[in-house]
Amino acid sequence: MLKYANPTHFLALAARLIPWLAATTALLLIAGLYLTFFVAPDDYQQGSSVKIMYLHVPSAWLAMMCYVIMTSAALGTIVWRHPLADAAQKAAAPLGAAFTLLCLVTGSLWGKPMWGTWWVWDARLTSVLVLFLIYLGLIGLWRTIEEPAQAARAAAILTLVGVVNIPIIKFSVDWWNTLHQPASVFKLGGPAIAGSMLWPLLIMAVGFTFLFFTLHLMAIRNEILRRRLRRLSIDAAHAEEQAEATA
Amino acid sequence: MKDYSGFIFAAYAFAAIVVGAMIVKIVADYRDLKRKLARFDGREIKP
Amino acid sequence: MMQSSLSALFWRELRIARSVGGGGAMGLVFFLILVSLTPFAIGPDLNLLSRIGPAILWIAALLATLLGLDRLFQADADDGSLDLLLTASTPLELIVVVKCAAHWIATALPLILASPLLGLTLAMEPASLGGIALSLLAGTPALTMLGAIGAALTAGLRRGGLLMAVLILPLATPVLIFGVSGAAAASGGTVPFHIPMLILCGLSLAALAGAPFAAAAALRARDA
Repeated sequence: MLKYANPTHFLALAARLIPWLAATTALLLIAGLYLTFFVAPDDYQQGSSVKIMYLHVPSAWLAMMCYVIMTSAALGTIVWRHPLADAAQKAAAPLGAAFTLLCLVTGSLWGKPMWGTWWVWDARLTSVLVLFLIYLGLIGLWRTIEEPAQAARAAAILTLVGVVNIPIIKFSVDWWNTLHQPASVFKLGGPAIAGSMLWPLLIMAVGFTFLFFTLHLMAIRNEILRRRLRRLSIDAAHAEEQAEATA
Repeated sequence: MKDYSGFIFAAYAFAAIVVGAMIVKIVADYRDLKRKLARFDGREIKP
Repeated sequence: MMQSSLSALFWRELRIARSVGGGGAMGLVFFLILVSLTPFAIGPDLNLLSRIGPAILWIAALLATLLGLDRLFQADADDGSLDLLLTASTPLELIVVVKCAAHWIATALPLILASPLLGLTLAMEPASLGGIALSLLAGTPALTMLGAIGAALTAGLRRGGLLMAVLILPLATPVLIFGVSGAAAASGGTVPFHIPMLILCGLSLAALAGAPFAAAAALRARDA
């Protein structure tokens, strides 16, 4: 396991894993979409609009899981100062922002027919919006600081500060009375959702998770290459300077 | 039961756009980096 | 020894904040302008103004506090005194707390004292005038401490001020929510006044306990 902490070994591992991960993702998403549209029944209250749930719940789950992964990478940056942790952090932020946006938009498209409004300022929606803004702030921070190791440490600190938002999102539907429905899949006493709807949802969620891991691995690979390119350009510039000085 | 197909279509279309954009961006970035790195390798071998 | 160096730092910060361009008085003027601009934007309807008065005052206080804070470490980073503070034997976390305390006294305290007067111009009820001052008193320390993290993260960056606001404003949402609900609860409503106030105090204490470590880590992360 430790062997893969070396960026070169990691690149080799990534090259082997990415095709398999991508294939698994494609299979799961195709199966999930088939189940969603041809097998899963309509809800007796919400009608066919419940099909949006199969997108909304997995993207909400990924929006939070991505932040948790980013937080562990941030710990890796701060404690071990490992370049791989830096890359994992940097690669996760845009993916997290995309899944959070997807969660907000699909929720809005589900809310309009169900609640009669695109948006309400309740605790769950607001805290997810704050999560989206934190992701955007992190992307801004990454783009502003040029030196990658310094940017990684700054982003790690901001990530660790922002992690207080995650439990607020998770428990907001239990702490405050809101329009948003409470958790129905992961709860004490088993899921409160019919099996015919639970299976498509679970397969979509696993498919989205694999999609995230595939994209994350590819983006980490990009960051490692980007750092390598940066070092090569700096070395080349130094070599040129020295050549000019001696000439 | 009302017809929600417009909302469902919009949600899935938006998801397809977002996921597609992420894949395209990451793959394009990878190719760009590979090309730039290859240029460096070529320069080092020449002299 | 450590105590005297910290108190020297405290008075130095206060002196800088009070001098022209230090930001202390300027923050108050900025607050005044923000509050007086809103009635022009939404019209002189006194009923509406008195209902949203606490929200106007809180948003103005939030912006005035955060925009003043970008100079907290920037000036020290520019003239090199930050490197001296970093190598000092005094813990950096304490230095952050002292700088924040001086900054809070120089910028947030005048703003709190001025808020009931500005509330009068917004036709707020007497009970909520006291409520807004108390809720600002309980909540602004959290804003200053959160802002210190942003100031430390962006110290030495070009165009750091706007980035700092983008980083910190989302995190300041809970303070804003409970601050406004505290000020609104003072003039009636279903929520008793002490509940949002206790939450605000809790947020400020939590920020006071955690933020110095985050800000100090951010300052150390700038180099090496």
